Amino acid sequence: MSDKNWPLWEVFIRTRNGLAHRHVGSVHAVDATMALHAARDTYTRRGEGLSVWVVPSNAITASDPADKDMMFEPTATKIYRHPTFYEIPDEVGHM
Amino acid sequence: MTDTPLFQYTLRLADTALILGHRLSEWVGHSPVIEEDLAFGNMGLDLIGQSRALYTYAGQIEGKGRDEDALAYLRDAGDYRNLLLVEQPNGDFANTMVRQLLYAAFAYPHFEALTRSKDEMLAAIAAKAAKEMAYHLRHAAEWTIRLGDGTEESHTRTQNALDELWPYVGELFEVDPVERALIEAGVAADPTALRATWDKTVDEVLADATLTRPRDGYMQSGGRTGRHSEHLGHILSELQFLQRAYPGATW
Repeated sequence: MSDKNWPLWEVFIRTRNGLAHRHVGSVHAVDATMALHAARDTYTRRGEGLSVWVVPSNAITASDPADKDMMFEPTATKIYRHPTFYEIPDEVGHM
Repeated sequence: MTDTPLFQYTLRLADTALILGHRLSEWVGHSPVIEEDLAFGNMGLDLIGQSRALYTYAGQIEGKGRDEDALAYLRDAGDYRNLLLVEQPNGDFANTMVRQLLYAAFAYPHFEALTRSKDEMLAAIAAKAAKEMAYHLRHAAEWTIRLGDGTEESHTRTQNALDELWPYVGELFEVDPVERALIEAGVAADPTALRATWDKTVDEVLADATLTRPRDGYMQSGGRTGRHSEHLGHILSELQFLQRAYPGATW
């Protein structure tokens, strides 16, 4: 076995029709086809999946954790953006 | 209703599935990567699942009160009817993948054909098994292509595995009187009718894998009559140990 690590792939699974694919984890595999097999074997063993995507991990551009104050802090004080200030008549029921 | 052709035939299918399932389970915890560890576990469980359904049905056909456990755990090697191919040792990763390819390329169309059996139970079991074997075939084919067309070492190992296992493929297509009678009755699937499909599948994979198809020479035979290679006894000693040492043990 080679000591070189296989490329990493991020796995997304759609559980039911109408729902979006959700990130579930990652696998190592030599190429896209084998990544799909590995994803199927690793993450759909309990009937979780109807559709699987694999994406090379290095294709993902991620935000820098060091930027989190600049990126996310400013929204913390803008509670008026949450739709929680409306009176909902009882007759509407569950929304 | 003891040793009827239908009982024999069902037992053969069950034994082949159980022994290959056990072989694949031997990889668990030993695979080169965790993804493949899970793949072997999954495929092994597919096969053991097939064997459970088939053993249960065989026990019903026999009508002597033997259940799946009695058939799997309490028969000796000479009573086992599996194909010799599936009891061959795992060897290296290439060896296991080539064995899986040679078997799945047969089992997938075989179970597909069996879904048209006049025996409803066999047809139902085959319908589930065909889907499972379709994946086994794809997985083994993809790996064989990458190993054969990989490095010089992986190519050499895969070609060696192919050469070593080739004498066991003849048995896949054997038809004895037991099977002949059931084929004519529309119950069993005729393996000789699958030869062309198998050849095409295997040849395509070998071409992509830059591997050389071995010449058909002397073919091993005997699994159907209980004449096994030395390996089966070792498999059973591990597989049956608990039920032999502690009869009826449950947990």
